[in-house]
Amino acid sequence: MPVARPFLAIGALAGFLALSACDPAPLSADEKAKIASLVIDELAALPAAPANLYADNPQAVAFGKLLFFDQGLSGDGHISCATCHMPDRQFQDGLPRGVGVAQTDRRTMPLAGVGWNVWQFWDGRRDSLWAQALVPLEDRREHAGNRTAYAHFISANHSKAYEAVFGPLPELERMPSDASPLGGAAERAAWTTMSVAERDAVNRVFANIGKAIAAFERTLEPGETRFDRFARAIAAGEAPTGDAAFSDLELEGLRLFIGKANCLECHNGPRFTDDHFHNTGVPPMAADELDRGRAVGIGEVLADPFNCLETYSDAQPGACTALRFMKRDTAVMERAYKTPSLRGVAQRSPYMHAGQIASLDDVIDHYSTAPDAVAGQSEIRGVIFTDRGRKALIAFLKTLDAEGPNDP
Amino acid sequence: MPPQRANGNSRIMLAGLGLLVAAIAVYAAFQLFSPPPSEVDVAYNTVSGEGFYQVMFETEAQPVPVNETHEWVLTVTTPDGAPVTDAEISIDGGMPDHGHGLPTEPRTTENLGEGRYRVEGMRFNMGGHWEIRIGIDAEPGLDEAVFNLDL
Repeated sequence: MPVARPFLAIGALAGFLALSACDPAPLSADEKAKIASLVIDELAALPAAPANLYADNPQAVAFGKLLFFDQGLSGDGHISCATCHMPDRQFQDGLPRGVGVAQTDRRTMPLAGVGWNVWQFWDGRRDSLWAQALVPLEDRREHAGNRTAYAHFISANHSKAYEAVFGPLPELERMPSDASPLGGAAERAAWTTMSVAERDAVNRVFANIGKAIAAFERTLEPGETRFDRFARAIAAGEAPTGDAAFSDLELEGLRLFIGKANCLECHNGPRFTDDHFHNTGVPPMAADELDRGRAVGIGEVLADPFNCLETYSDAQPGACTALRFMKRDTAVMERAYKTPSLRGVAQRSPYMHAGQIASLDDVIDHYSTAPDAVAGQSEIRGVIFTDRGRKALIAFLKTLDAEGPNDP
Repeated sequence: MPPQRANGNSRIMLAGLGLLVAAIAVYAAFQLFSPPPSEVDVAYNTVSGEGFYQVMFETEAQPVPVNETHEWVLTVTTPDGAPVTDAEISIDGGMPDHGHGLPTEPRTTENLGEGRYRVEGMRFNMGGHWEIRIGIDAEPGLDEAVFNLDL
């Protein structure tokens, strides 16, 4: 009897192969493995945020949520984080470039999954969510406020919530109403009148505002999509059923995505990003001519007084892995920008770091023609798409649509 | 009696042979349907280009991960196994098929003694073939070891 087993087994295998051959396009083992690598279930646990002691503090989360929507955190009292990061639009604004008090240089990024980011901003010029949150607050085109005014604002309006998380607020009575090392001439002049201890006290309140907002933002997780239900079945060796079943067109698009369209080179893993920076030859906007992307972001994050290695970070220096081993070669990072996640991508045109490309069709055109970069070297190689291939790729990307009104 | 004994012996031998054939058959069936053995990832060994050094790396992150910054421990010895304890080590690499380098700048952060060195900041940002080049400068001379990884 045992002698018969391998023959039986070989017979069964031959039968299986013959059956599979009837299907014009069964997924290969390699394709299945690639599909399984993208499913949301593969998302690692939310990474620790060593530079933010309050990152997972529920009171900080609640306070941060309050601050995120508080228009009082702005120079003119009309701008909050949610002005551009709109909760009902995946926490982005659908505009080519964000508009606070004035128009900025960059596309507003969605926030689902930001807690997993290694770098913040398109050029990675900040290394933590809390350090990121501070930048728009003082940018003159965004919230257009200053850190001393924010400290006064917290003291006047949120002292109880603040102190419950961070302890006593400093004495602020004698400090200028508007002062910052980054503001206009008057604000900078006022900053120089403050003692080192006063500046430190204000910087600490400012940093804590960022830490609370970051704690809230960490709770914004990417949701399950139709693609995930499809991929989960494939990973389990089952046939997807119901809405998890893909149409022929969607499957063809997925195959292009993981195959000859080379998308997976950068858009990989369950967040569809490699957390790195790439020059893809995206043409500049007129005002964007001098935007060097990551080539400048490298120096900015090193010089940031709120980075992981500096005074207001809660991390031991050894924990600042991203910054310590950052690739500092600016030559290869010329006009390189961070790979965005593709979850929900079909619902948030326009595309690229300054909204240069209006539609997914045009994005495919860009990757098809692969124009030379205006500066640096584009990494992309032209891919020729058939009309059906284009439709298929877009059909696949739509299976990554965010679901439900509150799904970021 | 001796013939009987001989007969008994050959029966035992025949039975043994049958069992052996059966065992091979079961083994073959098992091989046919069991997944291929997972790659032995725990340690990679190589010899540097000029043959000055034997180099091995180990990592706790198994299999070597994509999109996760992790540590390696390098062990450097001479070909006859003597630890190289005072080497200057540099790490470089990339994907030859794609023409790009590493997304980070890993480096040795600790000399652990006995020819062992901690390397931090290792990161691979996509699956596929990666080449890691370890530059070693010590008493025997300057040399480079290359690890090929398929992630």
